[in-house]
Amino acid sequence: MSPAINSAVSTINSGMAPVATPWFFYALAGLAVASGVAVITRRNAVHAALALIVTLLSVAGLYLMLYAPFVAGVQIIVYAGGIMVLFLFVIMLVNIERSSKERRFNRMWPVALAASCALMALFVSAFVKGRALFPDRMISLPESSNTQQIAAMLYGEVSKTGQYRMGQYTFAFEIASLLLLVAILGAVIMTKKKI
Amino acid sequence: MPNFIMSYLGSTVTPGEAGNQFWALVYVFIIFVGVAVAVLCMNWIERKALAHFQIRLGPMRVGPHGLMQPFADALKLMLKEDIIPAEADQFVFWIAPMIGLLAAFTVYTVIPFGPSQAVSDMNIGILFMLGVSSLGVLGIVVAGWASNSHYPLIGALRSSAQMVSYEVAMGLAIVSAILMTSMNASGTGTLSMIEIVRAQQQQHVWFIFKFFPLGLIAFAIFAIAMVAETNRAPFDLAEAESELTAGFHTEYSGLRWSLFMLAEYAAMIAVSSIAVTLWLGGWMRPFPNLLHASAWDFIFSLFPGLTFGGLAAIAFIGAARMPAHSFFRIQRIGLAVFAALLGFIALLLLVIAVAGRSADMSLAARFNEGIGYVFWFVSKVAVFMYLFIWYRATWPRYRFDQLMKIGWKVMLPISLGVLMVTAIVGVLVS
Repeated sequence: MSPAINSAVSTINSGMAPVATPWFFYALAGLAVASGVAVITRRNAVHAALALIVTLLSVAGLYLMLYAPFVAGVQIIVYAGGIMVLFLFVIMLVNIERSSKERRFNRMWPVALAASCALMALFVSAFVKGRALFPDRMISLPESSNTQQIAAMLYGEVSKTGQYRMGQYTFAFEIASLLLLVAILGAVIMTKKKI
Repeated sequence: MPNFIMSYLGSTVTPGEAGNQFWALVYVFIIFVGVAVAVLCMNWIERKALAHFQIRLGPMRVGPHGLMQPFADALKLMLKEDIIPAEADQFVFWIAPMIGLLAAFTVYTVIPFGPSQAVSDMNIGILFMLGVSSLGVLGIVVAGWASNSHYPLIGALRSSAQMVSYEVAMGLAIVSAILMTSMNASGTGTLSMIEIVRAQQQQHVWFIFKFFPLGLIAFAIFAIAMVAETNRAPFDLAEAESELTAGFHTEYSGLRWSLFMLAEYAAMIAVSSIAVTLWLGGWMRPFPNLLHASAWDFIFSLFPGLTFGGLAAIAFIGAARMPAHSFFRIQRIGLAVFAALLGFIALLLLVIAVAGRSADMSLAARFNEGIGYVFWFVSKVAVFMYLFIWYRATWPRYRFDQLMKIGWKVMLPISLGVLMVTAIVGVLVS
């Protein structure tokens, strides 16, 4: 490779701005919110499930923008790929048309409203006071940093995620897997009449 | 701007890594066209090979030996009336083929045709591929539901149950291959597709032969599960024509139906690429470490040209053996022109191989190197594509309970066992 080409490549490598521009954020966030609204307004359960898939995928895109590729990949593979397929499977097996016409006997919306308002308040307070509350989580990025450098500084990379999971947070990780095991056992016991 | 465009030509990284949007777009375009052409070829080869397996001739009318048949089929499908059933869910019916197609083609972003011949090298490459290809089942499920008809719904339910089941065994087999990537000097594994091939290069072994027979078993699990994942025979219960007419795409016609076919074949190529990358050394030529002298490099770089030369020779023989009747004159000329085209490509490849044999990293040498990488990758994938046809011609379809039994009671325990033994052996070795 000639030195001129080499230097040109290296300038491309170091000089490119990260792809994560505000436009991507606004597009993905808008898509997530719009399809999230569609999830709760669509009468048809399959349409709602499809809208939920769009929400989950755009949230995966947001994770990618936060330099957390592993979380984004897991979001796609577990939620959009696995769980939503099971959702659709169940929706198609159960006769939704009849049950959606029946009058709902549970009035949950005041509780749901209160819960979502509380969650919103939590998010807003974290957004406003987050810098003061968690100063050790602040990461100052140098002005000229590019994508690779930022990714290396954060812990979204797969190897770093693995190191944290198997090092610092082993106990929490194992407890979470125990919780999932209990849920699996519960599902088996509930569906099997005779074990 | 020209500098920005030109500067990539000598680069040794993928366009995604170099942050070069122009070349990324060019690569996307090349891959899209390449896959579309590959699907056309696959369509013809499948029909011809199946026919010969069953002692028939297969398509013979459109072009010499039916070579133009895929184009005629494509034209017919585009001109056909696009029927949407009256009771169908219009929007979902419309969007379902696109979901499948998008999922199948998005996967190609991370497939490494060479160390720099990929759109992008992601940190989570294989995870991304698995995740996005698992979205393909959504297209099938949604298509079956939106048709508002019994056969498609049953086909969709079958295929979703099947794909969710086989994904588990497939994922575990992949994990055992990923474990092997950490058996190198640095001791860190990787999920990046390019780094997985580099790990095989560093360890001087394809992962199919690593920890024999562990790698082989994991590969076999994957090779079975990938047939089930793509809904191909003998696991094609989702479109079992004897029971469900055509399964999930019964109600589809014309262009939409052809989108489903395109998605299916693109997904077949994609999963074959995963198998090649993980177990068969990706873009590497045979014995890159054992036979590494520059003379061997030159000999192996002749292979692409010789392959096309062989194809051209076969086509020429076919033209010469055409019956000497005036009815076959146009066909004979057409086949001769096709052979000449193949021969020209062969000549071009041989010229590049000769011009780029020096290791001075000139543009010709880099081009030669790139052709070699893509050639070996594609020929490994082609073996799998032929296997898909071979399976279809050989084995009868499974019953659904047999399918589930194999998935959950045979493949899953074996893949779990292989994963554990691989981990133990890996710890003992290092």
